[in-house]
Parts: sequence; C-alpha cells; structure tokens
Amino acid sequence: MKRDARDGLLISPIRNGTVIDHITGGEALNVLKIIGITGATTESISVATNVKSAKMGRKDIVKIENRELFTEEVDRIALIAPHATISIIRNYIVHEKKGVEIPSVLVGVVRCPNPGCISNTNEPISSKFAVLATGLHCLYCDWIITKDITNHII
Amino acid sequence: MNHIISIHDLERSEIDSILDEAAIIQALQYNDTALKGKILALLFFEPSTRTRMSFDAAMARLGGTSIGIDSVEASSMAKGETLADTVRVVSGYADAIVLRHPKEGAARLASEFSTVPVINAGDGAGQHPSQTLLDLYTIRQSMPLDDIQVGLLGDLRYGRTAHSLAHALSLYGVTIHTISPKGLELPSAILEELTRAGTQVVEHDDVSGIISSLDVLYVTRIQRERFPDSASYFQVASSYRITPELLSGVKQRLIVLHPLPRLDEIDPRVDLLPHARYFEQSRNGIPVRMAMLQKVMI
Repeated sequence: MKRDARDGLLISPIRNGTVIDHITGGEALNVLKIIGITGATTESISVATNVKSAKMGRKDIVKIENRELFTEEVDRIALIAPHATISIIRNYIVHEKKGVEIPSVLVGVVRCPNPGCISNTNEPISSKFAVLATGLHCLYCDWIITKDITNHII
Repeated sequence: MNHIISIHDLERSEIDSILDEAAIIQALQYNDTALKGKILALLFFEPSTRTRMSFDAAMARLGGTSIGIDSVEASSMAKGETLADTVRVVSGYADAIVLRHPKEGAARLASEFSTVPVINAGDGAGQHPSQTLLDLYTIRQSMPLDDIQVGLLGDLRYGRTAHSLAHALSLYGVTIHTISPKGLELPSAILEELTRAGTQVVEHDDVSGIISSLDVLYVTRIQRERFPDSASYFQVASSYRITPELLSGVKQRLIVLHPLPRLDEIDPRVDLLPHARYFEQSRNGIPVRMAMLQKVMI
C-alpha cells in the first residue's frame, strides 16, 4: 500500500543495531558525537529530531545499524538525555531494552575544566567525577561543574 | 591505608583526635623512638620552607629518617617520568610519602599508585590539610572551636588555606565573616558548600566594622600579581593592613593568625601584642605534623 505523505516520514526498522529513543529534544546530534559517529563513519544512521512525544513533548530518536554501545557511551548519553531508552535489535527483534542511568561516579566520561587539574596531564589516569545533585565534582581537584556539562564530555 | 589528602576526607572526630594527639606531643609526652627505623620520603616538586622543614623535623623528633627531593629538576620527572611512576618507585623506598606538587589532585593520584600512606603537603591551589590542622590547633590552644566568630581576611578567592580552614570550621558551628577586596571574594561554590553545611557566612567590605566582634582573625596574603599595577595593589593592600590602632577595642581573647609568609598585611608592631599568634601557629606545625606522621605510620 502506498503511504500518504501527510502521515509523515517513516524511519525504516533496522535489522541489527541500536535504537536510542526518548532522547531530550535537540540532543540527537550530541548523542551521535558522543558515540563517535561522524560523516566519515560507515554505519547507516537514522536520526529524527523534535518528534512529537506524549511523554516528553518533543524527543529525538537515533537508529544505528550494526552497532551496539559500550558502557561508557551509555553513561555519556545519560548525562545529556537522562530519559533515553536503548534497545538492542537483533534480526529485527528487540533483543534487550533498557533505560539509561547516571552512575554515581563517572570515569573517563567528562574532562575537568580546571587546567591545573592533574587529570589534564599525561598521567596514566582517567578523569573521575562524582555525580551530585548540584553538578559534577572532580574527585582529583574538587572542581564542580554546574552548567554546560555537554561541552565537557570527552 | 591511612592517607591524609584533603581536610574534606576527615570527620570531626578524626580532626579532634589528631589535635588531641598534637597537644600530648606538645606537652613532651611522646615516644621519641616511635618511628625509629621508619623512613619518610619528602617529594617536594614546588618550593617550600616551613612545610618541608617541619615534616623533616617532626620525623626526626619521632626517631625516624627522611629522604627526599626538592625540585622537579632534581628528579626523574625532569626526564619525563609521570608522577604515578615516581610514586610507585618511591613507595618501595619509604614507609610514607609527603608530597607537594603544582597540580591540583596530585596527592589524590599519588594515593592511588602508592603502596605506603601519602600525606598531601599542598597540591597547587588545592588542598593543604596539615596547614588547616595546625590552624585549628592554634585556635584551640586559646579557645574551644565551637560557636566562635572567625574573620577570614585577604585573598579569599585564590587562598587555599582560607578555603580549607572555612570547610573545617563548618564542622564546629562557627560563624564565618569574610573580608576581601573586590574580585578576591570567596568563590561562590565554597560559599554554597558552607551554607549547605549550615554555616553562617557574613560578607563585609571593611574589617574595622566587624573586628570588635571577632574571636579569631585569619589574615592571608594579598598577592601583588592579582593586580594590574603596583599603585592599585598598594591602595588595596593598605586598606586591609592590620595595625595596633585597628586592634584597639577588640575582644581580649581575639587571636590574629596568618599562614605566613606575610608581606604588608600585618604591621610588625602587632607582633608585640598578645593577640599575635602567627609565629606560634608556625611552631605548632611540629606537634601537629608529628601527630599526622604517627597517625599514618603506626
């Protein structure tokens, strides 16, 4: 049956890969950036931004073929899209679906904005931040990031 | 393992226990062979006079030995070695490490790689817990720490000693009065942290209006390099100078502290007044650091 254009665009299902749904409206491109997808990568990507959502008002959706996410990537996504859901698709079927959760400590996820912090040197360590209600607390230099957290995501 | 990295890591009971031990040591009731056979590594990657010498002296008084380096140039870090590797190597030579480093968080990193206790002796603009402990100790020699009125005067934006002291005082229900030049006020993040801890913080433009209410006046150096020119520095510095005239009419028990070195912040004539306690404060570095060394090594 031919689809009526007035029904809106349809993003086709993926065979294998990951669907990230319920991304905060307007953050889809930042999600792609976090998982290292640029114009130079070979994955097939579908992106929908500012889609109507009963729960969120507006939301973004990202579908990535043949790619599953690492824990650190999920932690980064949680920071900018705390309501996101991640579905792993295998052979067109949802194999696993889970929400994201901001862990109590973020390791290697955020770069400390303090230029004097030891985590910004060649030492063999990853940045480490405690997640507080007021922001992110660098566990090396005690710097607290309260705004523009997206700009500090590694 | 017993590291001492930040005053934030210490509970009030732990602080009290170190101060109690320091008081016992100062009364000369200590075992001068308590650390016999132990070796302390002093890793100082930044200049220091008082802190380095007092840790060295504290170790000697407890019967131990110190080894160490005084600068990056004299260490393998000049060849590009990481601090992590330096600490791993040195922790095989000594029973504890005292570290001063220009980068904030360096002592925390060292504690992750060391197999022996690490004491932070200052990491950049970050923490310097032994200074805070001796500040508290000096106050406690004159009065109980609870519910007193403490004035913090000078460069409260960059002065790490004032930040750590303010945090420690918040454990004792004190009221903090801040007096600082425009642009050098206490950072808002620290102000919020103190407020969250239930500490009352009152900001003042002028020390003369509040000094008669204070029990402790903690003076910090106003650094010349924070000002665009010498004239503006001298104008600000002179308005924050502590003089005998300013101290007339203050509470009898008021004590004036300064982490030293001082420049123009305190008139030398104040040294002769009973309120002046900054040299005593500096001397207190020995018993307090002895107590810290015993805490981490015994």
